[in-house]
Amino acid sequence: MWGKRLFIAVFLIPPLLLYGIFVVSPYAQAFQISGTDWSGLSPAYEFVGLDNFRRLLGDGYFWTALKHNGLLLVLLPVATIVAGLFFASMISVGGRADRAGVHGVRGSGFYRVVYFFPQVLSVAIIGVLWKEMYAPHTGMINGFLRGIGLDGLAVAWLGDPRFSFWCVLAVLIWMNVGFYVVLFGAAMQSIPRDLYEAALLDGASRVTTLVRITVPLLWDTIQVAWVYLAIVAIDGFAIVQIITNGGPGSSSDVVGLRLYKTAFGDGQFGYASAIGVAMFFLTLTVAVMFLRATRRERVEL
Amino acid sequence: MALLTETPPESPPETFYQKTERTVPVISHLFLIGWALVTTLPLVWAVLSSFKSDNEILTDPWSLPSELRWNNWARAWGEAHIGRYFLNSAIVVTGALAITMLFGAMAAYVLARYRFRGNRIVYFAFTGGMMFPVFLALVPLFFVVRNLGLLGTLPGLTLVYAAYSLPFTVFFLTAFFRTLPTSVAEAAMVDGCGHFRLFFSVMLPMARPGLVGVAIFNFLFQWNQYVLPIVLMQGEGAERKWVLAQGLTALAVNEGYRGDFSGLFAGMTIAMLPVLAAYLLFHRQFQSGLAAGQLH
Repeated sequence: MWGKRLFIAVFLIPPLLLYGIFVVSPYAQAFQISGTDWSGLSPAYEFVGLDNFRRLLGDGYFWTALKHNGLLLVLLPVATIVAGLFFASMISVGGRADRAGVHGVRGSGFYRVVYFFPQVLSVAIIGVLWKEMYAPHTGMINGFLRGIGLDGLAVAWLGDPRFSFWCVLAVLIWMNVGFYVVLFGAAMQSIPRDLYEAALLDGASRVTTLVRITVPLLWDTIQVAWVYLAIVAIDGFAIVQIITNGGPGSSSDVVGLRLYKTAFGDGQFGYASAIGVAMFFLTLTVAVMFLRATRRERVEL
Repeated sequence: MALLTETPPESPPETFYQKTERTVPVISHLFLIGWALVTTLPLVWAVLSSFKSDNEILTDPWSLPSELRWNNWARAWGEAHIGRYFLNSAIVVTGALAITMLFGAMAAYVLARYRFRGNRIVYFAFTGGMMFPVFLALVPLFFVVRNLGLLGTLPGLTLVYAAYSLPFTVFFLTAFFRTLPTSVAEAAMVDGCGHFRLFFSVMLPMARPGLVGVAIFNFLFQWNQYVLPIVLMQGEGAERKWVLAQGLTALAVNEGYRGDFSGLFAGMTIAMLPVLAAYLLFHRQFQSGLAAGQLH
């Protein structure tokens, strides 16, 4: 019996120690620090209760950043899932239809491999790459626009507060679509081909089969996709920090970047932790709302 | 896209099929190739630009390099320290991955196969970590690491990477160890095999498929980290310990001032080619590993 207990202890204590020191204790401390005016320089700080949160409510910069996260939260999942389903359908059932059923396109393996490229690149590389893509004189996008004679459209994408947020959103969509094409494509493998064949024979269009067959049968996968894209949207820090650093002004700011600048730029660690706690409750609210909203009967085959 | 709705009702099924046979695949390919270009052109552009001269980059972003200027790569690797950052990334990720997999497998195995008081509590403590945004921990984590004297050091970053990889690793591997048959373990115990030997020589080899999948997921998670290194690798002399993600973004900021665009593109290419090459070699494993990671 002692052998077993010793074994359990030896196997559990080192991972628990590592996890407790670097993960559990920071999370626990975050809530505590959010109630202080700690500036990090001296060990002295005072508990200010909910003052940080009161300040948060009146902080225009925070609300602007939150508004951008809210927009991302709606637009990123919708755009990515629609594009992902669209391309996945074309790969899986966009080929010819004959007596054997509906086929996928030729070279579907090639598309799956290529679409996945952005997924294996780090956010830092993607951020730097797109910053250069958008560059006014040396960038590929303006080079293309000038090349086809649209010189008027070749603007300073990241330097214009009207465009900066949308530029960031485009990059986030670009880097995520491929993964969901692969994911939805894999899920579509389990849908019987003859369902599509029967629908097409009855005169349904391909778009109808996508909306009426694919979407209901992939509903579980789409939900999971939405959750993960929501996590990306609530974060958004790396891409925004690298590409625009929230600017110009705060036209592309997000909450994560607010937190980072407040803590490591201004040294207001108490207030920054309050932003972190707000972010946590935001995540929680979104999760609960999502679970409520998507409760829907499953379609069983 | 409403191609098929226009089919006249009197047309026999044969022509209907023949019609779709011709048009639908063509349209599908047009869209699919379009997105393939959107995905790959920026990457190709970065690689091509890494061989251009600054003058070529400035005059026409779409021009081809007039010659293969490998000295751009040499400059990025040496003067811009991409080589050093690369090495730092490799050291941190190798160490972190080893710790993650060992600790993760140990904890998951015990949680999956042994009954003891507190088993559920430990399990939920580990997996509950997946629910919290890392931003919440950022400020206290900075001070925890600083107080341990590990700020701006490679061992500090290694331990933090490993710790933040544990929730998913434990979650995934616990489920995996539960699926392994108990008969083999029982037979080994009857033969006098101890708990430790049973784990290292019987259970770990049996769990290999699961370990590989979660290792690929963790590799990408750790190699691609951005917010943890920029928070934890600050302070005096920390530039020498920077990892690739951080070094590359710093390069992007600095090269902008110095106007060394070709060096920046070369650094970017050096940073992205190894992972892309590994992906092309093992794309099945990468895709299933990542899909498993997202779909827990």
